[in-house]
Amino acid sequence: MDRDALILSLQLAGWTVLVLLPLGIVLGRVLAWRRFRGKAVVEASLALPLVLPPTVLGYYLLVALGSASPLGQLYESITGGQLVFTFGGLLVASIVFNLPFAIQPMQRAFEGVSREVRDAAACCGLTRWRTLWRIELPLAWPGVISAIVLTFAHTLGEFGVVLMVGGNIPGETRTIAVAIYDRVQAFDEQGAAIMSATLLVVCLVAIGATFFTGSRIGRRQHE
Amino acid sequence: MSERGLRVRLQQDSPIPLDVELECAPQEMLALVGPSGSGKSTVLRAIAGLTRVAKGDVECNGVPWLAVDRGIDLSPRQRRIGFVFQHYGLFPHLTALANVMESLVDVSRGERERRARDLLARVHLDGLEQRLPAALSGGQQQRVAVARALAREPNVLLLDEPFAAVDRATRERLYTELAELRRELSIPVVLVTHDLDEALMLADRMSVLYRGRTLQTGVPFEVVARPSTVQVAQLVGLKNVFRAGVVAHNMDPKETVIEWRRHRLRARLQTDFPEGSQITWAISQGQIVLLGSAQAVAVNTLPGTVLQYVRLGNNAALAIAIGGVDRPPVFMTVPLHEARERGIERGCDVCIALRAEAIHLMPADSKADEGPQKHRRMQPASDVAA
Repeated sequence: MDRDALILSLQLAGWTVLVLLPLGIVLGRVLAWRRFRGKAVVEASLALPLVLPPTVLGYYLLVALGSASPLGQLYESITGGQLVFTFGGLLVASIVFNLPFAIQPMQRAFEGVSREVRDAAACCGLTRWRTLWRIELPLAWPGVISAIVLTFAHTLGEFGVVLMVGGNIPGETRTIAVAIYDRVQAFDEQGAAIMSATLLVVCLVAIGATFFTGSRIGRRQHE
Repeated sequence: MSERGLRVRLQQDSPIPLDVELECAPQEMLALVGPSGSGKSTVLRAIAGLTRVAKGDVECNGVPWLAVDRGIDLSPRQRRIGFVFQHYGLFPHLTALANVMESLVDVSRGERERRARDLLARVHLDGLEQRLPAALSGGQQQRVAVARALAREPNVLLLDEPFAAVDRATRERLYTELAELRRELSIPVVLVTHDLDEALMLADRMSVLYRGRTLQTGVPFEVVARPSTVQVAQLVGLKNVFRAGVVAHNMDPKETVIEWRRHRLRARLQTDFPEGSQITWAISQGQIVLLGSAQAVAVNTLPGTVLQYVRLGNNAALAIAIGGVDRPPVFMTVPLHEARERGIERGCDVCIALRAEAIHLMPADSKADEGPQKHRRMQPASDVAA
């Protein structure tokens, strides 16, 4: 059992959720309620990681974040180090490939908050913050929870993109999914089995918690 | 009108064309009536600051809320309005009490709950404070919405078809409650409705809207009895709209004589229309009397034939052909028992009289839109008949 890899995966998933949660709320609300030119293109682009082969996505991220790219050079000029094959690079990649998992459930949830309710909040004199905190988020909560869990679980399990952008550096970029692959390659079946079972349990608990919370909130709102 | 009250002037070509001018004094209820798609809800939302318009001004008690030319556009929060939405817009996850308390965010915490409870008691909801909206009936939900709208002590109260989502019995109870509540309010109240009866019952003045334009504003009964144009007449459900010619204006007695289908009819004196000119005239169904043989000497008596006889509850709706069965008939209603006593049936000859005071003249106009006519609902009516 590669504990470092598990901890690294959990850290990566945690940071990804932390970044994508506010981003998903902002983008989910905009996509749910605003109409603007090019909205379909934006939605399609955000959904792309769902259908793109992970190696293809990984390849483009490698190119975009590499030291030859403007982004990589900018990062290098600020930090003195490179972005690819580091935890930072892995986090950026993780954020990108989790965009649809974070945004889509939130968008659907915000779409469920009726315009009358939002208008009523404005007419009641609620500030934007209070409207978000007291009205929108409690009503969109099941979607927000789904987004968090899906993002978290998906980050733990992602393999192709991680390997392409992060490589397999123990303690730096070797996630649990990569470690499992590594163990299988080294004919360490027991190690692979333990880590796979751990990942299975973590994901099962996460998904179970989402469904449980979602159904409880749904029931409370319709009581 | 003084500086107090609400003044609205809105203009735009798209997305929804608007050309609207309204005023509503404190303590006054102004009804905006018009068929679906006439822009009444858009006007209300623009007053609230929920919808942007291309050009216009909204002013309340002398304070500009919207002045597009000067770049002023206050948010709904800054305008401090009370808004009751068609489906109430209650926060579904909050109790009735919490819904009202949300409107009192400016008030101190302790005061907030006391005020919210008072308001709920005022709309007869004491005891239901802890219920979620889904556990309340339609009428109770509407009351929560009213309490929440009033909680902010708003500058104006805006009601968007507030009775559309409840059953008839509840609606009638709510009418009485709203009328009572209104007496205690000293702010302008704007009610949007497509139901003419609602406007007649509740409003002090009404504005008829059609395709985003205000066609006529006035005391509801006057607008209905004396529409300024054929279009308004048809929108307010007048079925008896005909073309005729002005014969003479007499000063003693004061009357205008018109000629319609070879009959001379005496109407209220209306000198706006010169002698010899073509006009359109209208009369509401309630102003037509069915004459017995003994009364046949009354003014404006017309012989006719019953074309249609339909029982509508305790009334009988009659269509009577005057001057030939191929011409558009005169519509009237009589109590069912009277129709039975007189032996009225299809094809029988009758004599009717039109109240001179109720004959209303309008500019000649045959451009009216065609469409289905539904009684008492705001719908474009059929063409004017000769």
